[in-house]
Amino acid sequence: MMQFAIKRLLLAIPTLIAMLTAVFVLVRLVPGDPAAVMLGDQASAESLSAMRTQLGLDQPVYVQYLQFLGDMLSGNFGVSMSSGRTVAQEVALVLPWTLQLTLASIVIGLILGLPLGVWAALRRNAWPDYLGRVLSLVGLSFPAFVSAILMLLVFAIHLRWFPVIGSAVDGGWLAQLHALALPAFNLGLIMTAYVMRVTRSSMLGVMGEDYMRTAKAKGVPAMRLVLRHGLRNALIPIVTVVGLYFGTLIGNSVLTEIVFNRPGLGKLILGALNTRDYSLLQGLMVVFACCVIVVNILTDLVYGLVDPRVKFK
Amino acid sequence: MTSLAAPLAARPNGLWQALATNRMAWIGIGLLLLIIMIAVFAPLLAPYDPLQQNIAYRLEPPSAEFWLGTDSYGRDVLSRLIYGARVSLLVGFVAVMIAMTIGSALGVLAGYVGGVLDRFIMGLVDVLLSFPTLLLGLMVAAMLGASLENLIIAIAITEIAPFVRVARAPTIVLKQRDFVEAGRSLGYGPMRLMGIHILPNMISEVVVLGALWMATAIRTEASLSFIGLGAPPPTPTWGSMIREGFENILDAWWLTLCPSIAILLTVLALSLLGDALRDAIDPKTRSERS
Repeated sequence: MMQFAIKRLLLAIPTLIAMLTAVFVLVRLVPGDPAAVMLGDQASAESLSAMRTQLGLDQPVYVQYLQFLGDMLSGNFGVSMSSGRTVAQEVALVLPWTLQLTLASIVIGLILGLPLGVWAALRRNAWPDYLGRVLSLVGLSFPAFVSAILMLLVFAIHLRWFPVIGSAVDGGWLAQLHALALPAFNLGLIMTAYVMRVTRSSMLGVMGEDYMRTAKAKGVPAMRLVLRHGLRNALIPIVTVVGLYFGTLIGNSVLTEIVFNRPGLGKLILGALNTRDYSLLQGLMVVFACCVIVVNILTDLVYGLVDPRVKFK
Repeated sequence: MTSLAAPLAARPNGLWQALATNRMAWIGIGLLLLIIMIAVFAPLLAPYDPLQQNIAYRLEPPSAEFWLGTDSYGRDVLSRLIYGARVSLLVGFVAVMIAMTIGSALGVLAGYVGGVLDRFIMGLVDVLLSFPTLLLGLMVAAMLGASLENLIIAIAITEIAPFVRVARAPTIVLKQRDFVEAGRSLGYGPMRLMGIHILPNMISEVVVLGALWMATAIRTEASLSFIGLGAPPPTPTWGSMIREGFENILDAWWLTLCPSIAILLTVLALSLLGDALRDAIDPKTRSERS
């Protein structure tokens, strides 16, 4: 297992460096002088040249590139132009909000998605299956901000069950939870649709296996058959797919945070876009991509834990 | 992998049969055709000029005169919605075509040539996959500047990776098949072998993937427009309509509700069609259905 983990970590290094190179190139695609873009039309010649020095733009490109690689690899993701804080500080400030939201949505997605998926697989081609398939397709068709807006219109503005702003910065934990409910369910239901679909097809695959027939013939009780023999084996592809979903989850949470006006990474990115804070944007890009790479590694490792066969590859 | 060995001629028939018996596919096709017709005949269908501002009719709720109400500039929402279909479909279609062309070309190249080139191309794919789709689109669109062309480029870049993968795997199998070997011994060049002998054998998989990813492309377009990186105003797009209507969400619900439903129906139609196509092409899920 240890060997597998180390090998997997080493494999991520070229991807990491290539990712950083891509971000470096991307940021240099900005048409015109980045310093002028950041400071706006009114900037004086002195502040422009000061900004160029600060950004390292007066250096040759390969020096800039090596400098950038060194900074990023040593965990120095840059400084926000508008606030003066480092990117790491900016992220740390809002991360609890985003984590709260995404973790709540993952819990909702798994609690609802797994049983529904198993149920649909057991009642294959009967009404629960059809209904589930249609609902999960609808769930997956929603861009996250559209479903967020529909929920906001119905539950917050029309029915007034929940606050319009999806965060209660000063409130107690009950108020916080109340405010979190709508955004968390918005993300959670999309996740449910996804988990359910994967669980269904994975369970269908497992239920055709010989060991399931053997267990059934041995007289294993139905519940035990489905959970211990069926679901445990069906979990392997589910783990992978949930891991792959991580990138989509980040995008969806950004959109959800914007709609519900919650503090978090979404508002941070939007702010960076609006103030043309490219160094913050670049740092955030790197942070997010690193998260995805780490989650991919974790997914592979969990895969190894769930499926003993993987280790020996 | 055995499905790849099926004779080319036998497949389209099976595909059409599987599609014809799938009710979901027909709902998707019907809905999609309707939306395409709306986009094509927008000038005939729209009751008003989508760009015509009229301060006297600001934020009118839906009425007999303005079926879906007016926005904060007094523009007719229904007309903007109808013209918005053009932008969504155009961006989705062109972005997917670009991603499909570049992606499958790279995939065939990687699979056929192998070695260092293969590793390089697959490394690129890994990098593309390490960015969350929306953020990659956001970053590219922000760096290039907000315009319709840049939006299309940004979305295309986020969707290249899956096409590389879907084209590479069958190429590795196909390049060892007898008919490719025969072509090679006849002295055909690699371009001809890849383009005429290998690529057509996987075109159906690539096209099916295209239908599936067009739904995602339209979703990404709407999301980026909502964030403010879409086609610049006053071009009517569904995402930017929601963005503008969002400021008045407390008292003018129609501004956000109508474009939301339009996006939802379009993505749903494409997903239904894409799912049905995927089921039709993959014998495993097809037999499961019957």
